[in-house]
Order: sequence, then C-alpha cells, then structure tokens
Amino acid sequence: MLTMQGVSKSFMGVRVLHDVTLDLEPGEVHALVGENGAGKSTLMKILAGEHTPDTGTITIDGTAHAFTHPAQARDSGIGIIHQEFALLPYRTVAENVFLGREPVRRGLVDRRAMERRTAELLAEIDVTGITASMLVRDLPVARQQIVEIAKALASDVRVLVMDEPTAPLADHESERLAALVRRLTARGLGILYISHRLPEVFGLSRRITVLKDGRRVATLRTADTDADEVVRSMVGRELTAYYPPRARPEEIGAERLTVSGGGNDRIRDIDLTLRAGEVVGIAGLQGSGRTSLARALFGATPFTTGAMTVGGRPLRPRRPRQAIRAGIALVTEDRKTEGLALHQSVRDNALLVTRAVPPRGGPPTGREITALLERVRLQARGEDQQALYLSGGNQQKVVIAKWLAARPQVLLFDEPTRGVDVGAKAAVHTLVRELAREGLAVLIISSELPELIGMSDRILVMSEGRLVGALPAGADEESIMRLATGGRRGGQKDAA
Amino acid sequence: MTTATVTRHGKHVLRALGTGAPVFVLLAVVLAALALTDPGFYEPDSFLSFVKRAAPLVILAAGQYLVIVCGEFDLSVGAVVTAGVVVAAELYGSFPDAPWPLVTALLLVAGGVIGGVNGLITTALRVPSFITTLGMMLILEGAVFFWTGGSPQGALPAAFRQLGRGSAFGWLPWAVIVCLVAGAAAMLLMRSDFGRTLVATGDSERTAALAGVRVARARIIAFVLSGVAAATAAVLVGGFSGVSAQAGRGYEFEAITAVVLGGVVLGGGRGSIVAAMAGAFSLQALFTLLNLQGVSGALESTVQGCIVIAAVGLGAADWSRLRRRRTNPSEGQPL
Repeated sequence: MLTMQGVSKSFMGVRVLHDVTLDLEPGEVHALVGENGAGKSTLMKILAGEHTPDTGTITIDGTAHAFTHPAQARDSGIGIIHQEFALLPYRTVAENVFLGREPVRRGLVDRRAMERRTAELLAEIDVTGITASMLVRDLPVARQQIVEIAKALASDVRVLVMDEPTAPLADHESERLAALVRRLTARGLGILYISHRLPEVFGLSRRITVLKDGRRVATLRTADTDADEVVRSMVGRELTAYYPPRARPEEIGAERLTVSGGGNDRIRDIDLTLRAGEVVGIAGLQGSGRTSLARALFGATPFTTGAMTVGGRPLRPRRPRQAIRAGIALVTEDRKTEGLALHQSVRDNALLVTRAVPPRGGPPTGREITALLERVRLQARGEDQQALYLSGGNQQKVVIAKWLAARPQVLLFDEPTRGVDVGAKAAVHTLVRELAREGLAVLIISSELPELIGMSDRILVMSEGRLVGALPAGADEESIMRLATGGRRGGQKDAA
Repeated sequence: MTTATVTRHGKHVLRALGTGAPVFVLLAVVLAALALTDPGFYEPDSFLSFVKRAAPLVILAAGQYLVIVCGEFDLSVGAVVTAGVVVAAELYGSFPDAPWPLVTALLLVAGGVIGGVNGLITTALRVPSFITTLGMMLILEGAVFFWTGGSPQGALPAAFRQLGRGSAFGWLPWAVIVCLVAGAAAMLLMRSDFGRTLVATGDSERTAALAGVRVARARIIAFVLSGVAAATAAVLVGGFSGVSAQAGRGYEFEAITAVVLGGVVLGGGRGSIVAAMAGAFSLQALFTLLNLQGVSGALESTVQGCIVIAAVGLGAADWSRLRRRRTNPSEGQPL
C-alpha cells in the first residue's frame, strides 16, 4: 500500500537519513524503533510532507508522490498523530475533528451535520465517553488523543502515523489505545507506530523496523524476534542487565525524610519514610496523586496537614526554596516547561538552582559543573550549547546535573525516563543507583512498571490520593496493578 | 597563536554576541556611513558629543532590557524622564540652594520607587506589565501636566546640569562617563547570579520557580532598575536640554526599539544587554545620519517604526532557520 524507497535527507550538509526503505501493508501495524536522533521523526516528517526528501520516492497504491506541503500528504491519505496534539482547546470535539473541512450549508458551517458525523465517527471506532459538543480542554489527555485520531479518520486516511502515542498515557489507558489500534487495523488502515516501549511494540506490531544513525538496521517480523534482538540492533551493543543491582539491606541507612498524616486537597493520609541509600518507587495510575505527592514533598503544592521531617529536623516546606535549602531536589515529569530554561546554555541550566539558592558549601566551580556534566554522561557539543537543541535524554541529564550541583540529600524523580531513548535510559538508571549508593534517599515515580520494578528497593502504590499499599523489591506487575486499581475493575473506569 | 585557536576564539566571540550579532554589523555600517557623510564626525569633540547625546537612550535601553528579558515591558520610562526633569526644576524653584548630589539622589530613589510600584502591581496583582506601565505613563504625564499647567516653572542650576552637558578635564563629557559606568554595571549585573536567574525567569517562569528562583522578586528588581535607569536618563536629559514638559516624550518606544534592534526577543529569555545598548547606539547613529542627509526630523518616528518591525521580522526568520539547522539528529560528541 505504502512504500518509501531509498529515502535520504540532509540538513545543512549533515546526512540524517541514508537510503531508508520502508513499506506498509493494509491492516498492518509496522513499528519504527530507534534511539532519539536515529531519524524516525525526520522519516515521518518526510512522509507527512513537512520535509522534502533529497532522494527517494514515496509510492501510495502504485502512484508516486513528491510531497512539498503537509496538505498534499493529507489529501493522499496520510495522517499523523504527533506527540504534541494539534488541537484547539477552546473548541468542541466536532470543531476540531472537522477543522478546515467544516461541512457547509448555505455558506454557513453546518454545526448539526458536523456533530452528527463526529458522533458517527466516534461510534464507528467504538469510543465512548466523548461527545461531539464537549470542549477539548475539558478532556483528559487520553481522550484528546482519540480526538486527534478521529480527526485523521475524518479525512479518510489510509496510513496513520503515531509518534509515541502512549508517552502521555498511564498503563491502563495504553491498553485501551492498543485495543483501538487493533480496531483501526481491522478496518484496513496501515499504521506506522513509533515507540520507545518495546512491550507495546511487541504486543501490537506485525513488523518492526529499526533505525540507527539514519540508516535502516533491520526490518524484523515481530513473531520471529525478541526484545533482546531489537534492543541489540537499536544500540548496537548487548544490554545484558537492564537495571543495576538493588541496595543490600546494610546499604540502607538513616531516615532522610518522613511524612506522617500528610495531605492537601489532592492527597491525604500520607505516611512515608525515605532512607539514605534506598530507592523507593511510587506506582499508581494517572491522576492517582503521585505527582501531587512529589510536589507536596518539594513544597511546590505544599501539604496543608500532617507533619514532615527532613534530615531529622521538622520541616514542612511551603515553597521550593525551603525544600531546596533542606536538601530536597525534584526532577519533574515535564522537563521542557518545568525542568529547563530551553534557550539558555547547558551550563546556565546546570547552575540555575545554585544561583537561585546558594548552597551552604559555596557555589560550585566551573570545574565542578564540568565534572558533573561528565558524570551524568551528557553528550553535547559543548557547555554553551542551548538546552533546546539536545535530545530528550541529554536534556534530562542536564536537569539531573542541575540538581546534583545543589548537593541534595533527597532526590525525587517524576517520570525520570519519559521520552528518553534506550541508551540514555540505562545511563539514568545507573546514575540513580550510584547516587543511592552514595547515601542519597531516592523516590521514583514511574508509569512504566518494568522500570519501577527494576529500580525500586520498595514499591508504594497510590490510588485516589492515598498510599494504598507497600510491596517489596521485585513485586510483580499484577500485584501492583491490583493495588493501583484499588479493587475497581482495572481499565474499565474513566481515566480522569 | 595557531589558526585553530583563532577560529575557536572567533566562534566564541560570535556565540557570546549571540542573536545580537546583526546589530553590531548594523552599527558598524551606520558609523561608516557617518564617516563618509561627515568627515568631521570622528573628530574627538564631535564623536564624544555624539556619545553624549546617545547616553540617555543607551541607559534607558539597558533598563528596558532588564525588564524585557524577564518577559515584561516598561512603557513608563519616557514619562519618568519627563517627571524627573520637571520635579527637579520645581524642587530648585522651592529650594534654590539644594546641593545637586542630593537632588540627583532623590530623583534616582523616586525612579526606583516608581519602578517598584510597577513591579508590585505586575507581580502581586498580576496585571500585565504592558497595562501597568501604560497606566503609570498616563498617570505621570497627567500629574506633570496638572502640576505645571503645561509649562514647567523654575530652572535647573548649572551645578545640576553639569552631568548632562559639562565635561570632566575639560574634554570628556560627564554623560559619557555616566554611560560607561552604567554600561559596565549592567554588564556585570547580567553576568551575576541575579542576572542569569533573571534571564532564566524570562525563558521559563515555571522552571525558574521550581529551581528556587524568587521570580516575583527578580521581576520587581528589574522594574526598580529600569526606573532608576529612567531617572538617570532624566538627570542627563535635564542637564543637556533643560526643562520641558516634553523632555522624555517618546523615549519609552525608542528604548524598546533599541532593545529589539539588539536582537533581544520580546517575551523574555533571549538576547544580551550589550547588544541592547549597541541597539541604542545604532538608533542614535541612524537618526544622526538621517539628519545629516537632510531627512526631515519629523520622519524619525516613521524610521523607528520601520526598524522595529524589520528587526522583529528578520529576527524571527533568522531564528527558525537556525533552529532547523541545529535540530539535526547528530547529537554531538561527548564532553
């Protein structure tokens, strides 16, 4: 149905795609994997008409196309679901679905027809819980994504490109998305599926194409391969151990942070102890209060009730400065708007915290910052490169370096490896464990259960704003999910 | 020195100039054009008097930069200049023997207070600074008009006017010294921890706040400094051209034009203070050039309008091209 043959593309003399060939059959999910910077996005942008290839052809149903504008790609039946949705928040679902193609009657937009056809479309793909007249801004992320999909379907796409569709979703939402993807392929759609999450790639795809450094390394039949082989071809090396070894009991030391009876309008009855040397994982569905917990510990949205101690001294931080002075650091889940000043240099970002809150031992020297950036294994052109131009993984390393410069005692990570490629992920995991071993208390929030299980010495599960259970290291996904869904029938209820 | 170190050094300089690089080219071109038009321009006397005339705008541009780089505007600076000149004159009307350092200090403090009010209203009440400072501009203009009835009384004594029109050692205008000192202070400020956190605040307020930056405080300080810069400009303008109810008219937009010309991005987070000040010099040089070419002074604001639109337009175009080039997937080498 779709063939991309021998596609190459250079930007300013730098080859980013070398002779890549890819094909897609109707009703197939073809997964595209590779580290950040491997060329996946460029390839997809060429398919979507956002870039023009230097060489190579795109053939759809035997007709060759040379797109020079996204509208041409759309008219040829190619739809893209970007990571950042292109929806108008203050418009209704129907208005978004028919944006730019509104049905018109006597010169005016026929709202009734628009809403009726949107409702039909949503019914066709078996989606409930969204009505055509809802405002997009009132929908949770998972639902907004469905609106994006409906928008693509409304323009009769035959090929749907999904770029990291599950990145913003919690696990049970991802499962629902997978079900939707299967329904779409059953209707004959071909789906190009970009993802960092191998389990879901294996669950959905018929074939997997691996890109590395702008070249196609392999196209594998999913049934004939396994995660190890795919990871090997992605990184070009064996990842023998995904996760560093956990803490031995004698490595876990003094209490660094305690909370008893903590609560605010999002969370309640929080009892928590973080110890030196220990990595504590927090599991929970989206909206269960995990992020609110981290923000409360950090004083960003403070606890309003309960008692808290940091380093043995009572302190319930009311603003981040107090928490930072007490030695708490928070790596937020949204690094682009909360972790980095994107237009500032790597060095300025790394120095931001210590400039704002001068540490007791004096500000870090330039040499210390350089050493820190080396320690987090940052790959950048130099310390004066703007953070904007780093890959997701390297951006995250800068955020971590920024906090390490403040010499914290307690490190809180909210989704530490979201949108981070495999290589950087392993680097972050190793680093986190090293830091724990040096006596830091670490808390990790993650929607990726394998990561949480692999990293944690203890797992706490949140549900509806409370900590509902504690599990030992190595707990299995099922028992975590059972607690997280809180006795409800998992995945059936609304995500919001 | 080998060629390699030279090019590396060159790159370093280019990067330090950052988005401001075009303004230095512009400044060089205009200054060269001035030399061709008026061979006497580079006589020490006439060049220093050019710098002297540019000094108030350069200082205002530095103040405006501080406010713009943290994501705000200060439209009240022109009115502060006018008010400063008029208030000084009225003060001397009542106390003819007041020592000039005291009057100058009073003006600077008053400028800082007005900036502080701007900052507090903007941060605490969350009134967009565009509105806050527009309101402040109108309030000050009205107050000056009400107080003076349109024609300010009193004159500024020679001692007070010395900073604006006199010279040290008989040849170096005090205004040039004030300009150099203010410029150096501004550069040091922007290299300090405060300066860097101010830029980060303009770049991403949430990131800065979560890193422990007191963002409201940083912004208020920026407004205070802009007010002090405006008062400094008032002292120079008062000395240079005497008392008038129009002394500072239009300065707020000239300052913003200068900053934008320096490649500083409205909305905050990007651009250098040196480039902003170079923008002020360029603007002044351009006005001088047009004047020498016999272009009507009435067209100054038209020219300024074209410049401000062109600078923002070209800046945006440049930036997107740069971005595309730099977002190629080769992620560079390890450090």
